Amino acid sequence: MTDTHPIPPAPVDAKIEKVSIIVSKGSLEGIYPALIMANGARNEGIEANLFFTFFGMDAVHKERHDHIKVAAVGNPGLHMPTIAGVIPGASALITKYMEKQIAKLDFPDIAEFIEMIHDTGAGLYACLASVELFGMEREDLIDELDDIITVGEFYDMAAGGQIIFT
Amino acid sequence: MPTKTFAGTPVEVNDEGFFVDAQQWTKDMAPEIAAEVGVPTPLTDRHWTVIDLMRSEYFDKGTGPTVRKISKLSDVTTKELFVLFPKGPAKLAAQVAGIPKPKGCI
Repeated sequence: MTDTHPIPPAPVDAKIEKVSIIVSKGSLEGIYPALIMANGARNEGIEANLFFTFFGMDAVHKERHDHIKVAAVGNPGLHMPTIAGVIPGASALITKYMEKQIAKLDFPDIAEFIEMIHDTGAGLYACLASVELFGMEREDLIDELDDIITVGEFYDMAAGGQIIFT
Repeated sequence: MPTKTFAGTPVEVNDEGFFVDAQQWTKDMAPEIAAEVGVPTPLTDRHWTVIDLMRSEYFDKGTGPTVRKISKLSDVTTKELFVLFPKGPAKLAAQVAGIPKPKGCI
């Protein structure tokens, strides 16, 4: 097959200066990688902002961010029959296992990780539409959250950088 | 391998500016490296707490600590680390301490 649309190579001296990471899923595997990317960016001296929308907002929800679970259904990466995922307690069990692994490596849990990312100077924002949709109040969300913003404000903030959606 | 001269002594560095041989580093090189990589100078006792930790961890474990490790192993918080070494604390502290770039994602 001939490639008629070759992708031009990025200039070799191109450096990422800013990333805006959108977290839309409320599962452990939806949230944790985004936190690693945001934290890693700050540690490289890259400006980073995290935007929590839809179920991703559980990551910055005071009562929910300590109870983030691995999706046990519709997750082929778990390598188990889908039917097993619907057994009551399956998600909790797999989550326990993952949490153990995370603790064993001395990685932070989600609540601690978010606090740490806030301390690196990264911005934490929630999506206004989602806050309204779920009937949430500012007080429902963690104190470290910088603001609740509109999609337009998000694009203003993300201008000139890379956008990552998880 | 490029060479750079700090405190009048030529040292080997890699393309990113990290020391290839941590033994070539001396304390009097630190202020010059700091000024070059954009770490606010003069270096304070708090900078030195981090620099000493970078070196001892490197010689002990074979890699320098990440930001999270530094804050866990010392009384320097994440927030303060970003004040002392603003553009990437672990990376910059490693450069000033004359050790290779720390490996680790978190």
